[in-house]
Amino acid sequence: MSILVNKETRVITQGITGSAGLFHTQQALAYGTKVVGGTSPGKGGTKVEGLPVFNTVEEAVRETGANASVIYVPPAFAADAIMEAVAAGLDLVVCITEGIPILDMVKVKRYMEGKKTRLIGPNCPGVITPNECKIGIMPGYIHTPGKIGVVSRSGTLTYEAVYQLTQLGLGQSTAVGIGGDPVNGTNFVDVLKMFNEDPDTEAVIMIGEIGGSAEEEAAEWIKANMKKPVVGFIAGATAPPGRRMGHAGAIVSGGSGTAQSKIEKMKECGIRVAPTPSEMGSTLYQVLEERGLLDRCRS
Amino acid sequence: MNIHEYQAKAILAEFGVKVPRGKVAFTVEEAVEAAKELGGKAVVKAQIHAGGRGKAGGVKVSKSLEEVEANARELLGKRLVTHQTGPQGRIVRRLLIEELTNIEKEYYIGLVLDRSQGRLVMMASQEGGVEIEEVAAKHPEKIFRETIDPLTGLTPFQANNLAYKLELPQNAVKKAAQFMMALYNAYVAKDCSIAEINPLVLTSEGDIIALDAKLNFDDNALYRHPEIVSLRDEDEEDPKEIEASKYGLSYIALEGNIGCMVNGAGLAMATMDTIKYYGGEPANFLDVGGGASEEKVTAAFKIILSDPKVKGILVNIFGGIMKCDVIANGVVAAAKQVGLDKPLVVRLEGTNVEAGKKILNESGLKLVAADSLADAAQKIVALV
Repeated sequence: MSILVNKETRVITQGITGSAGLFHTQQALAYGTKVVGGTSPGKGGTKVEGLPVFNTVEEAVRETGANASVIYVPPAFAADAIMEAVAAGLDLVVCITEGIPILDMVKVKRYMEGKKTRLIGPNCPGVITPNECKIGIMPGYIHTPGKIGVVSRSGTLTYEAVYQLTQLGLGQSTAVGIGGDPVNGTNFVDVLKMFNEDPDTEAVIMIGEIGGSAEEEAAEWIKANMKKPVVGFIAGATAPPGRRMGHAGAIVSGGSGTAQSKIEKMKECGIRVAPTPSEMGSTLYQVLEERGLLDRCRS
Repeated sequence: MNIHEYQAKAILAEFGVKVPRGKVAFTVEEAVEAAKELGGKAVVKAQIHAGGRGKAGGVKVSKSLEEVEANARELLGKRLVTHQTGPQGRIVRRLLIEELTNIEKEYYIGLVLDRSQGRLVMMASQEGGVEIEEVAAKHPEKIFRETIDPLTGLTPFQANNLAYKLELPQNAVKKAAQFMMALYNAYVAKDCSIAEINPLVLTSEGDIIALDAKLNFDDNALYRHPEIVSLRDEDEEDPKEIEASKYGLSYIALEGNIGCMVNGAGLAMATMDTIKYYGGEPANFLDVGGGASEEKVTAAFKIILSDPKVKGILVNIFGGIMKCDVIANGVVAAAKQVGLDKPLVVRLEGTNVEAGKKILNESGLKLVAADSLADAAQKIVALV
């Protein structure tokens, strides 16, 4: 089992004829993801990598039976692409695009209220259930199937965590990048709930960073509800206040959203926090060992 | 992106937000000329991209043209140190010459994104003219909020709610509500990321005006606002950051001596943190991004080395989209171009890692390879 995606997930690529869309569609196919088509307005009727291209998401869904999409369209058009996917009734939309205007996302979030679609991202690496389905830009080969859930605001730190886990013999159930933007579709608590209910996830690594209060909210939720061990890491302890650290959402403003306050809150809520990113995997390993869960988690 | 107070006020005025009459001055002569137009008396306000100017002596009430001239002369070229500038301060190159305002009472109005809700929130408080963060920490009940549905925008009743909570005199309530509506319209039309009016002033004449104004803009939306981009004041930015932005690199200068080149914002921050954890000080944040070319990597390398404080460099790459061999080629090309003579520690992992390592090993460069980020950080800290 896993969360969000598995070998039954039927994916279309929005922006399949662009360079990023094409490259990552090829990579997804090579990984074994069931990519069933793509969209690119004006290029409907053509084929890419043997896959049908459609002008609209609605048409693509009707013709292919897709239930998920991944978005690689440029930032100026990405918000509309998300809404198009939501309108077509997809279960899952993963938006990789970085640089979507914040107010566009405020509208998207409002538009999605009451709709069934779950949005992951934007500005994220995507979602992967090892050996079953890879939607996004992560390097597939570092992943191993297993029992550890990973959820993160940062792409490369997700790879870092996954790689360490794999080296320690700890496979992953699903790794989810929720993205580095201040307004996103899915937050830590949403993913933690899914991991909590997933019978095949035994423990979780949660990777946060400066800015906002999503980690604090997640820590509170974990303390009250989480049945499985969670290990954390927070990036940005050395970030100067008031500066946007690459990610649109990674900014300490008015003294709030600091790494220190997030780490303190997580510790207060009983979450073990790795002192450096190199120790995310080993910190979890130690926790599993202490709780006698190690054997259940080894791949 | 940040802009100056006088620029923010000009934008707000376009949307009907009331601001004092005023003019920007780059020289003492222009300052005096502007003050003449205002009748001889004026406030001389230093224009830098930082708050806390009043307390730092950057705002001078001047009762005569002679005082305007003396104050302008003092402030122009002065290094103004406020609690937001850091100890190095900022050099004042522009002044806002503004009419005097008869202040009855000061308030606070702000418009920000509430990230948890994914919506804009308008905040108002009677505690104007002080740091709103302090009010929020000590007296959160003194800040009133209205969450805004993007479908309707700020509605008149919401603006009224806030105006009444500010306990304004009845004849000023409508003006304050209109002020808030105009502020919201400006925020949305210009893709702001923060709008703060602190203080908002009730004048003795019963007017509601923005005595100060701070607008920041969403960098992601600048592509649709060339008029905002044109307001950029490069004097307020680190030249290395300006250079980096030309290559689409995300670079932020810091105080330490270990240069960092990393892919991914989270990993770049974590790299800085790890350097610090092992007793070093990072010289910069630098995210070369997902699809960096060899040219981009070369530019990144040169920018890091243009910082005289840098005594060594740590390259930390976890290749996802970014391929390790591309990074390796960029590092080698740049190191050769600039004649690198400082310690270089490289940690590569991910896509095409073997090809990348081979390129580095065969480059003839003196570099230290590392297996993990912790290993890399310890090695570079030991070398500088």
